[in-house]
Amino acid sequence: MGARSFGVVALAIVVAGLAVTRVLDNQYYYFAGYVVLQYVVLATAWNILGGYTGYVNFGTPAFFALGAYTAVVLIQSLKAPLAIQLVAGAIISGLLGLALGYLTLRLRGVFFSIATLALAVVLQTMFINWEYTGGARGITLVRPASAPLFGNYVQFLFVVMLGLAVLAVATAWWIERSWIGRGLTAIRDNEEAAECMGVPTLRLKLVATTVSGVLMGLAGAPFPYYVTFVEPTSVFDLNYAVNSLAMPMIGGSTTWIGPVIGAVLLGTAQQIATVTISSALNLLLVGLILVAFVILAPEGIVGLVQRLARRSGERTRRSGV
Amino acid sequence: MSAEAFLDVQGVTKRFGGFQALSAVSLRVRQGERFGLIGPNGSGKTTLINCISGTLRTDGGRIVFADQDITTLPAHRRTRLGIARSFQIPKPFTSMTVLQNLMIPIEYAGRGHRDGVVDEAMGILGLMGLAAKAHVPSAALTQIEMRKLELARAMAARPRLLVSDEAMAGLSSTEVDDILAILFELNQRGITIVMIEHIMRAVMRFSERIAVLDAGEKIAEGGPDEILADKRVEKAYLGE
Repeated sequence: MGARSFGVVALAIVVAGLAVTRVLDNQYYYFAGYVVLQYVVLATAWNILGGYTGYVNFGTPAFFALGAYTAVVLIQSLKAPLAIQLVAGAIISGLLGLALGYLTLRLRGVFFSIATLALAVVLQTMFINWEYTGGARGITLVRPASAPLFGNYVQFLFVVMLGLAVLAVATAWWIERSWIGRGLTAIRDNEEAAECMGVPTLRLKLVATTVSGVLMGLAGAPFPYYVTFVEPTSVFDLNYAVNSLAMPMIGGSTTWIGPVIGAVLLGTAQQIATVTISSALNLLLVGLILVAFVILAPEGIVGLVQRLARRSGERTRRSGV
Repeated sequence: MSAEAFLDVQGVTKRFGGFQALSAVSLRVRQGERFGLIGPNGSGKTTLINCISGTLRTDGGRIVFADQDITTLPAHRRTRLGIARSFQIPKPFTSMTVLQNLMIPIEYAGRGHRDGVVDEAMGILGLMGLAAKAHVPSAALTQIEMRKLELARAMAARPRLLVSDEAMAGLSSTEVDDILAILFELNQRGITIVMIEHIMRAVMRFSERIAVLDAGEKIAEGGPDEILADKRVEKAYLGE
C-alpha cells in the first residue's frame, strides 16, 4: 500500500469514527470499541519490538500502567487536560522503554523476556505502595461531564483512541518501509550478522524499545478517565501482556496489518464473550486460539493467506500449462 | 598510510573465563595482500577474527586498521571503515531474499550513496554466480550458494579488507575452485583478503603469506613453502 492510499484509508477511518458518534447512541458500543482500539495500539506497539525486532516483551502491563498512572498523577495534582496526560504518558513510558533497552542490552532471547516480566512486577509493587495514586485500594477519578464538540465524554474518548490507533499503525507502517525497519528485520534474523554488516544494532534496538514504550504509554494515558477507577491489579493485568503478544501472533507479526487483524478479531471476540458468557473466559479463549495458531498457522492469518494465495497461484499456472 | 601494515594486530589477548583463547598474538597484513590464517581446531583462528571484526572485545593489545586504532570500536563502525567478514557457519538474513540480504550492508555500510543500489547488488551477485537466485528466499539456498551469499553480502559492504572465515568448509573440490576464483578476482580489484581455511590445497595456493596459530599463540609466519617446511607447524598438526 502506497503512502497516499494509506493516508486516505487512515483518514476515512477517523471520519467514519466521527460519523458514528453522530448516529449511534448506545453507550455500550463506545465502551467496547474503545477496548478493541486500545488493543490495536498495544498489539501494534508490541509488534515493533516483538515482531519486527524479535525481542519478546512480557512487560506490556508496565508500560500501559505507567501511562495510566502518569495521567492519574496529572489529574490529581493539576487537573491537567487529556492532551497533556497523553503527551506526558507517552514521554514517561517512552523513557521506561529507553531505560529497559539500556539495562537489557546484553540480554537476548528468553532472558530479555524474563527481564520485561520482572519490570512489570517491580512497577506494580511500587504503585501498590504509593499512597498518592491510591495504593492497593485504588483511586476513583471524576470524568469530565462532557467534551467540547462531542457532548458525551465516552464518545470523545472513543474517537481519541481511534486517533491513537491510526497513529500507532501509521508509525508501524512507516517503520516497516524505512531503513529502520530493514535494520530491525536484520537484527531479528541474525543480530551478529546485522552488526557485522554495518547495522548499529544497539541504537536500533533502543529506537524499537522507545517507540514501543511511547505507544503503550499512549494507550494507557486515557484509561483513568475511561474506567474512572484505577487500581494496580486491573492496570497491571496479565490480560495486557498476553493479548498484546497473542494478537500479533494470531494476525501475523511481520507486517503492520497483522496486529490490527489480530486485535480486531480477538478483541471483538473477547467483548462478545464477556457479554454473552463471562469475563473470566477471555484469557482461556485467547490461550486456546493462540495454541491453535502456533500449531496450525505459525505465521498468523497474514502468513496463512499469503501461503494459500501462493498455492492457488501455482495451481492456476500449472492447470494453464 | 604506511604501506607496511594495513591491518596491524598488536599483542591481542582474549580470555574466556579461565581459558586463554589468544595470548599476545601479533600480525601485520599489508594492503592488497592475500593472507592466510591456519591452525588446528580450537587454536583461536575464529576468536582472532571476531576480535578483528569487533564481535568480541579484546582483553589486551591493540588493533590498528588503516592507521586508525579500532580496538574499542563496535563492529558496525569497523564495517563502515572497510572491514567486512563472512561467517564460518552461514548467517543469512533468513526472512529476506538473496537480493535483500545484500541491501542491508549496501544501505548501512555503503557510506551514504543512494542511487543504483539494486544495480550494485546485482553486479555483486553476477560476480558470485548468484544472479539467477536474486529473488529466492535466502533460507532456500544450497550449502555452496549460502557460502557464496556470505561472501556476496560481505562484498556489498564495500570492504577494503575482507576476512573470509572458512568459506570452503564442506564443499567439493570444484566448488572450492569456484570460491577460490572469486577470491582471486576480488583481490585483483584491490581488496586485501585474510583467509581462514582448513583446506590446505586452497590456502597454500591462495596465500602470499601465512600465519599459523596453535593453542592461542602464533607459532609461525611466512610464505607457503616456509610454512610447509616448518617443524613446529608439523608438530602442531600431527603431534610428536
